[in-house]
Amino acid sequence: MSVTLRPDKLGILVSLIAVGAAVSPFATFKANRIVAGTPQSITDALPGPTATILIVVIVLTIAVALFRTPAWLRLTAAAVALIAIALSIGAAPAHLTPEGDRLARIGPSTGFWLSIFAFALMAADAAIRLRLGPLGRIVAVLLIAVALGVIFRAGVWDDLSVMKEYATRSAAFWREGGRHVALALGSLAAAILAGVPLGILCHRVPGVRGAILGTLNMIQTIPSIALFGMLIAPLAALAAAVPFLAAIGVGGIGAAPAFVALFVYSLMPMVANTVVGLAGVPAAAVEAARGMGMTRRQRLIRVEFPLAFPVILTGIRIVLVQNLGLATIAGLIGGGGFGVFVFQGVGQTAIDLVLLGALPTVALAFTAAIVLDAAVESSRGRWA
Amino acid sequence: MSPTGIAFRLLVLVFTVAFLTEPQWFEPLLVNLTRNNAPAIYVQGDLLQLTLNHLAIVGMATGAATIIAVGLAILVTRPAGAEFLPLSRSVVNIGQTFPPVAVLAIAVPLVGFGDRPALIALFLYGLLPIFENALVGLTTVPPTVSEAARGMGLTPRQVLIRVELPLALPVILAGIRVSAVIALSTAAIGSTVAAKTLGEVIIAGLLSSNTAFVVQGGLLVAALAVLIDGVFVAVERLAARRIGMLLPRVA
Repeated sequence: MSVTLRPDKLGILVSLIAVGAAVSPFATFKANRIVAGTPQSITDALPGPTATILIVVIVLTIAVALFRTPAWLRLTAAAVALIAIALSIGAAPAHLTPEGDRLARIGPSTGFWLSIFAFALMAADAAIRLRLGPLGRIVAVLLIAVALGVIFRAGVWDDLSVMKEYATRSAAFWREGGRHVALALGSLAAAILAGVPLGILCHRVPGVRGAILGTLNMIQTIPSIALFGMLIAPLAALAAAVPFLAAIGVGGIGAAPAFVALFVYSLMPMVANTVVGLAGVPAAAVEAARGMGMTRRQRLIRVEFPLAFPVILTGIRIVLVQNLGLATIAGLIGGGGFGVFVFQGVGQTAIDLVLLGALPTVALAFTAAIVLDAAVESSRGRWA
Repeated sequence: MSPTGIAFRLLVLVFTVAFLTEPQWFEPLLVNLTRNNAPAIYVQGDLLQLTLNHLAIVGMATGAATIIAVGLAILVTRPAGAEFLPLSRSVVNIGQTFPPVAVLAIAVPLVGFGDRPALIALFLYGLLPIFENALVGLTTVPPTVSEAARGMGLTPRQVLIRVELPLALPVILAGIRVSAVIALSTAAIGSTVAAKTLGEVIIAGLLSSNTAFVVQGGLLVAALAVLIDGVFVAVERLAARRIGMLLPRVA
């Protein structure tokens, strides 16, 4: 098999970003957690052999990227480069920290993030060219999760600045993380329970459709931070008036206003997608079900709902990703979640603390998007 | 827009202008939300100035995002950039999952506190809806239409400027509208990193448990969102109506 080497346009873009990354600082050295850092290039930040290996891997990957090469080769090369970058940043702290210095903080810098971006782009492009199906994408996410799990378990990143913030807050991290997920999933569940019947109502009774969707649309325009804040007053009044509610934890500040705000934001996509899904059910299918003697309820459960399911699932995807992001705002009003670290970090100008809150939030939203996108696609395959 | 919709937006406009010029008129309404004789109207900063700055940040960020996003969408829908189309779709899809708060927080270490991190976050976050809509608009121009335009002897550039962009305009405008409304909300969060926006009022209220501040800041931003949304919807209708007249002439 003869291979003619022709340049690959995306590969050129990836290479440009990767070269830009290589000349940018790879890590930063900070004397303590809040001062500004000094940039360190790859060769400064890493021990000689590690730096050499990393540079060789990056150069080889760029070579694979630059020319039209098979997609599986591109995917493998990108994955190897990503793993090499991820492992080598773990070597920077030991190399850069002076003997006995316990305050110094070493963290990844622009070059690290840019090179991750460049090769992630290359991997994503290769995955698209391979036409990975829903299952393949979920397996890919699982592999990434396992790889990250191994890296954390082995303690490769333990001396990085973000992990130092984690080390002093590990209990709080998991507590707030649990709250973050509980807020996002709980409000999603409530939105499904309320939104799907509301959507069915809008479908059956066209008269109320405009009013319900219009109101929900209007709520969507209220800025999140204000909605969270404005719910404080009514919920405080409610808790004062109904002791039972206060006893189960409903109050002016805390998780209750955050939960209600997320729920209210979630309703609109849920209702809208239910309406669109039901409207898209072919009239012939409903007609046939009627001809078979099905009652209205049977038609809804056995015919209309399964056919509308992919669109409703798309609504769930939109809501979950949106809620995982918005739940950060709960940190501002005492509702917990990863936002606590973000806003604390902003207050203390401690960027590592900000990242401790922001990175898991991004990871959660990212995973939810990929997994649910795959679920939507496979549900379409089965029923459409 | 229905007559009630127009009437509602006019009402919102009247109240917004009244509140910004004579906030003291509204004191009796807000005073019940305060405790311990706290002030009912925000006086630590000029509300009108904060509103104008809020709008300026949103305007600059959305304007820049529009130029870049539409430019990129044009690029990947040309034959030379077609290779980037599937990837750019995925990048946009994934980029949308980045929470605005995270983008804002990550921008701080790069550019410091103040208006700049807010501008960056708003710009980056605003790119995605506009890019997505511009892609939809440009890829759904009926092939017969661009075919006919080419048959009339128009160069590719002329087809783009005279046919494709005008046809895609309503969808692109809808993207800019979504982007601007999100930006209004995100700009309020920008005050957590010391951007001079109406979020300052909300955060002052949260910090001093003064609900009157939270409500006036929140309602002002919501009112701005309703008004901007209304203006864009009107412009979109106008653009759509223009195509309605344009289509039969070209096709």
